[in-house]
Amino acid sequence: MKSKKAFSPYIVWMILFTVVPMLLVLYFAFTDRSGAFTLENLRQVGQYSNVFLRSIWQGALATVICLVLGYPLAYCIAHMKLKTQSVMVLLIMLPMWMNFLLRTYAWMTILEDNGILNSLFVMLGLPKVHMINTAGAVVLGMVYNYIPYMILPMYTVLTRIDTSVLEAAQDLGANRAQVFCRVTLPMSMPGVISGITMVFVPAVSTFIISKMLGGGSNLLIGDVVEMQFLGSAYNPNLGSAISLVLMLLIIVCLGIMNEFDEGGEQEAVLV
Amino acid sequence: MKAVSKVYMVLIFLFLYAPIFVLILFSFNNSNAMSRSVFSGFSLRWYRQLFGDRMILEALRNTLIIAVVAAAVATVLGTLGAIGINSLKGKWARRMAMDVTNLPMVNPEIVTGVSMMLLFVIAMRAVGAGLGFGSLIIAHITFCLPYVILSVRPKLLQMDPHLYEAAQDLGCTPVQAFFKVVLPQIAPGIVSGAMMAFTLSIDDFVISYFTSGTTQTLPIYIYSMTRKRISPEINALSTVLFAVILVLLIVVNVSQSGSAARAARRQAKAEEAEEL
Repeated sequence: MKSKKAFSPYIVWMILFTVVPMLLVLYFAFTDRSGAFTLENLRQVGQYSNVFLRSIWQGALATVICLVLGYPLAYCIAHMKLKTQSVMVLLIMLPMWMNFLLRTYAWMTILEDNGILNSLFVMLGLPKVHMINTAGAVVLGMVYNYIPYMILPMYTVLTRIDTSVLEAAQDLGANRAQVFCRVTLPMSMPGVISGITMVFVPAVSTFIISKMLGGGSNLLIGDVVEMQFLGSAYNPNLGSAISLVLMLLIIVCLGIMNEFDEGGEQEAVLV
Repeated sequence: MKAVSKVYMVLIFLFLYAPIFVLILFSFNNSNAMSRSVFSGFSLRWYRQLFGDRMILEALRNTLIIAVVAAAVATVLGTLGAIGINSLKGKWARRMAMDVTNLPMVNPEIVTGVSMMLLFVIAMRAVGAGLGFGSLIIAHITFCLPYVILSVRPKLLQMDPHLYEAAQDLGCTPVQAFFKVVLPQIAPGIVSGAMMAFTLSIDDFVISYFTSGTTQTLPIYIYSMTRKRISPEINALSTVLFAVILVLLIVVNVSQSGSAARAARRQAKAEEAEEL
């Protein structure tokens, strides 16, 4: 099909509104307010190394929890009757369609010192537990918001596994645990990888969850970037430098993860 | 084993739905704004307040206008883009185009947001316009585009390339061949891409937050509400949204299962005809 003409508006759009903004981030990261070249911004990013570490740690923790909770669920759903499967998938997706700000806000009312959970504890004669504005609350918010993104790609891959392969493994003398470890798990790896990516990237870069559930004490790197652009600390040059480092860090993390993926067969699993 | 997995699933779904039930429950709470977690009698006062809230209705209107425009433009541009990417000759050219397409999807939202903010702020200095409706719509089109491409492209790849040529051999102009042959083939992908773009646009907060200036969309307004820790009006709003989504889902599912049944019937008929 000769459709070079059809292509041009799209490519112009993408260059103008995707590539150029990225180049601007690069430009701002290496210049000062007057527009002169400087490495000062990147030097200042070093001050935030502990915030970076905290973001990566909490994001990774949330990702691992999503994986541990999500895999068995995806596995259960994939082994149900077809009709039940589609209902279950719908039930997993339904909360995603409700604005995530509202859902995170709901956790605020649940976890507060005088919130729903603590009211329950008091009713049962238990002591109150301080939950809101802690790192734990932030990780909980991440898990809650992003776990569907982990479950759905894993479920998709698990349903594609041919049952005759599993039966063949059993015929060759593998017990159930062996079948799972040597056949099911390796074959579902593409779904796991794509799930990890879909959870880790937004979790590391979030600023809303940390703001709402972490209070002011649990700043993540997203909060720092937001402050440089729209907050009190207005400094887009530093903000750009931090964004740049964040992008590179995420690429490195995903790169390391892909090293672990032996098959290297990366298929994008679209939800 | 079966019982264990059932209990496990119930627990996970409880975790997923508990916050939503909490929101819905407290939207009917008759207490004042100060106590967010003590239930004191049933009332519809927050709903009354919600529908009298000018700001919310304004934000809702903006959200819908932006979503419709962004989804429409992104669908047209994206469909053309997908066809263009398919027609690229060189392997690396196609790789390059796909990489640029995927960039907004793999990038953290906040980086996409601030990068566009930089662009608009610089453009503003040149043109003298402000952040607002225009920048919001452009931003929304941009982050919807990859999803449209991803929905349309597989359908193009499934299509038999000879169909288009055959149509031209039968006397179609290229434009006619596109509208009569290619478009019907890739229509399902276009529709699902458009729907995806629409829902993404309605729900987007992060990118809008950085590119909106003073224009309010619903998510931005919700954000300002949660910051102020104000009234259960926000719960009433969530309940209304949840109800709307539920109704839409049911409608879509019923119509889909209808069309699926029709498709199955048609296939059965075709098979019968073949056997004759």
